[in-house]
Amino acid sequence: MTRRQNRMLLVALLLFGVFSAGYLGIKAFNENLLYFYTPTDVANGKAPIGKSFRVGGLVEKDSVQRRDMMVSFVVTDNNKSIEVNYEGILPDLFREGQGVVTSGSLTSKCVKNWFGKGCKYIFLATDVLAKHDENYMPPEVAAALEATAGKE
Amino acid sequence: MWKWIQRQSSPKIFYQTCANLTPWFFWPFIGFLVIGLYWSLIVSPADYQQGDGYRIIFIHVPSAILSMMVYAVMAIAGGIGLIWQIKMAEVVAKVSAPIGAAFTIIALVTGAVWGKPMWGAWWVWDARLTSELILLFLYLAYMSLNNAFDNPRTAAKSSSILALVGLVNLPIIHYSVKWWNTLHQGYSVGTGGLKDPDMQIALALMFVASIFLYALLVAIKAKTEVLIREQNSRWVQEEVTGAVS
Repeated sequence: MTRRQNRMLLVALLLFGVFSAGYLGIKAFNENLLYFYTPTDVANGKAPIGKSFRVGGLVEKDSVQRRDMMVSFVVTDNNKSIEVNYEGILPDLFREGQGVVTSGSLTSKCVKNWFGKGCKYIFLATDVLAKHDENYMPPEVAAALEATAGKE
Repeated sequence: MWKWIQRQSSPKIFYQTCANLTPWFFWPFIGFLVIGLYWSLIVSPADYQQGDGYRIIFIHVPSAILSMMVYAVMAIAGGIGLIWQIKMAEVVAKVSAPIGAAFTIIALVTGAVWGKPMWGAWWVWDARLTSELILLFLYLAYMSLNNAFDNPRTAAKSSSILALVGLVNLPIIHYSVKWWNTLHQGYSVGTGGLKDPDMQIALALMFVASIFLYALLVAIKAKTEVLIREQNSRWVQEEVTGAVS
C-alpha cells in the first residue's frame, strides 16, 4: 500500500467513525432534541408531567376566548387536543388554524356540574410562540386555496 | 480538462487562474444581485400572513444554504489536501472558512430578526437553530486552529481533520426539521412551499448571486494567501515588485 492510499484509508475511517458516532448520539438523545410535545404525546403520558415543558400544535378554529389579558384556546394535532390558558401578549402570527408552540406546565381543572364532578388537564402557558409553516403565498392564492378547500 | 485541473496545483498557475476568473465571478454576481433584489423587493407579491416581512427569506435562505455548501467545500478541499498533499486545496479550504462563517452569521441574524415579530422570540434552542449555531462554532474553531501553527502545512493538516469531523453536522442541520419537532418551519424549497412563481424566481436569482459572491471572494482571498505562502519564490517577488513599479 502506498502512503497516499494509506492516508485515503485513514480519512475514510475517520469519516466512518465520526458519522457512526453521530448516528448513535442522535439515536440516544432523540427525546431531548424534541423542541415540543404534541397533544397526543401529552395524552399518552409521554410528556414530563409536573415539570415545565412545551406543547405544540394547531390552534383549533373558534376556540380562542379572551378576557382582559387572559386568553384561552385549544391546541390540537388533529388527533388529541388540550386546552391552554395564557396571560400576556400574543405574537403577530397567532391566529386560529395556525401553528403554535407554548411552554408551561399541566394542571388539572375540576368542574362540578349536574352530572357530577369532572376533571380535565389544562395547560398553563407562561410563553406562547407562533410556529410558521413552510408556505409562502400572495393573498389571492391563499383565498383561492381556501375556496377550493371549502368545496371539498 | 483533467490536465487543466492538475496544472492548478502549481501556485503560480493557480494564482493566475484566480486573477483571470475574478471578473467572470464579479460581473455575474452584480448582475444576479441587481436583478435578484429587484425581483425580491418589487416583483414578488407580499405574503398572505406576513406581509412584506417574509422577504427576508431572499437573504436568509441563500445564506443558510451557502453556510452549509461552503463548509462542504472547505472539508472536501481539506480532505484532498490531506490525501494528495495538494497545497492549493489547502489554500481553498483556509480562505473558505471566514466566508462560510460570515454566511452563517448572516443566516443566524436574519433569522433572529424575522423570528422576533413572527414567532415572538429572537432565539429558541430548537434543533435547527442549535445545529446552525454549532456550525458557526465549527468555523471559528477551524479558523483558530489554522492560525495556531506557524507552519501552514501543519496548520492545514490539523484543521482539515477538524473540518472532516465537523462534516457530520451538515446532515443534522439539513434534516433537523424533519427528524424532530422544531419551531423552525420545514422545507419551503423543493416542496412547493413557495406558492408564487415570482417568489421562486427571486429566491433562485439570489441563490445564484450568493454562489458567485462566494466564488469571487475565494478567488480574491486565495490570491493573497498564495502570495503569502510563496513569498520567498522568485515569481512572487517579480509579481509584487512589478505591480509596484
